Amino acid sequence: MIRKFAGLRIRCFTVMFGLLLFGGFFTQSPIRAQQSTAAATVTIDNFSFAPATLTVSPGTTVAWTNRDDIPHTVVSTDDPKAFKSKVLDTDEKFSFTFTKPGTFSYFCSVHPKMTGTVIVR
Amino acid sequence: MSIKKKNEIIHDHNSDGIDRRGFLGCMAWAGTGALCVMNGGVLKSFSLCGSSKLDPKVAAGEFSFVQISDSHMGFNKPANADVAATLQAAVDKINALPVAPEFILHTGDITHLSKPEQFDTVSQILTGAKPKDVFYVPGEHDVLNDDGQQFLERYGKATRGAGWHSFDKSGVHFIALVNVLNLKAGGLGTLGQQQLDWLAADVKHLKHSTPVVVFAHIPLWSVYPQWGWGTDDSAQALALLKKFGSVTVLNGHIHQTMQKVEGNVTFHTACSTAFPQPAPGAADSPGPMKVPADKLRSVLGITDVNFVQGRHALAIVDSTLA
Repeated sequence: MIRKFAGLRIRCFTVMFGLLLFGGFFTQSPIRAQQSTAAATVTIDNFSFAPATLTVSPGTTVAWTNRDDIPHTVVSTDDPKAFKSKVLDTDEKFSFTFTKPGTFSYFCSVHPKMTGTVIVR
Repeated sequence: MSIKKKNEIIHDHNSDGIDRRGFLGCMAWAGTGALCVMNGGVLKSFSLCGSSKLDPKVAAGEFSFVQISDSHMGFNKPANADVAATLQAAVDKINALPVAPEFILHTGDITHLSKPEQFDTVSQILTGAKPKDVFYVPGEHDVLNDDGQQFLERYGKATRGAGWHSFDKSGVHFIALVNVLNLKAGGLGTLGQQQLDWLAADVKHLKHSTPVVVFAHIPLWSVYPQWGWGTDDSAQALALLKKFGSVTVLNGHIHQTMQKVEGNVTFHTACSTAFPQPAPGAADSPGPMKVPADKLRSVLGITDVNFVQGRHALAIVDSTLA
């Protein structure tokens, strides 16, 4: 595909063009993913996060909804904290947009046995 | 133990021959509170629900106090749509006691969402109780969003750190501990080194014969860690209390009565005045347990603790409201 543009006299240009295409291949995929899965949800029910581990693409906004009769929170375990919700009463939501790749662990600071992870890649 | 009344079951633990242990009595059902009576070294507890029938001489002891817990003011889900009314019912029970307790201990989750008006409502209702002194420790629901600043402003004037403090009443040393702050992911309740250091200094100069009552929100013993019903560093606190002949630990958090005796320590959890929670592992989660509306108050009950003069054994009383 690249070679049809390649000529001996313009090899330098070809290499540069190839790099552009090559780079484009890698940046294109996440952008498409962002457009198609820009939102994801986690449900809090029965004192647990579901799904407990969620994998999303950079740029995805994750929304947690509390379906319990008891208030919960969504708090990053990182230091400093990547995100921290106010207390969520029944049916209240918290959203956070994950812009950078990485593994983000979190828990309910009211009921610390409740833990979850968001993997961004 | 010879006192046996309707709605009370008395277990006598004479066989161990240990005289250091206090007595703990408690209702089998969710409770409106606990009446604790100290008398001559035996700690005894009674159900508040049947307490108006108690022999005043027995109820009087040397002095008595009441524990209430988990009023969750602001909770309005099906398990109890009117938690103000059931807190008021608890106050009515306290006021109906043959001998007015000297004070009230509230072992936390005063409010459901830490809202100012929820704290105000509880204070207002408790103003109607005959005992005028109320000692609070925070539950995790009282320190939402502000790391307990509001709790400290309201109740923490004579306290240290996050609200821990101690006081003496009629020769009994009371210790209020806070184990609902700085909780770590995957962990249980936490006291923290600063509070443990304070505790060590607080009890250092007390005589071994001093009866000690510790109260905190989350149980200081491992009730059911899977549901977070325990405190990570409670063993360090209890180690500091080993020298005492009689230690009584009063907790809330699990919305049901439970008790355990370990060496010199009697552990007890009180019922909620708001709603019951399932027995450990009996449900998918520790969420509020719904019972038929006409059964709600019947799953409320109490526990009393009493030192009975001349007795040398632990007695436990379970009382139901049925």
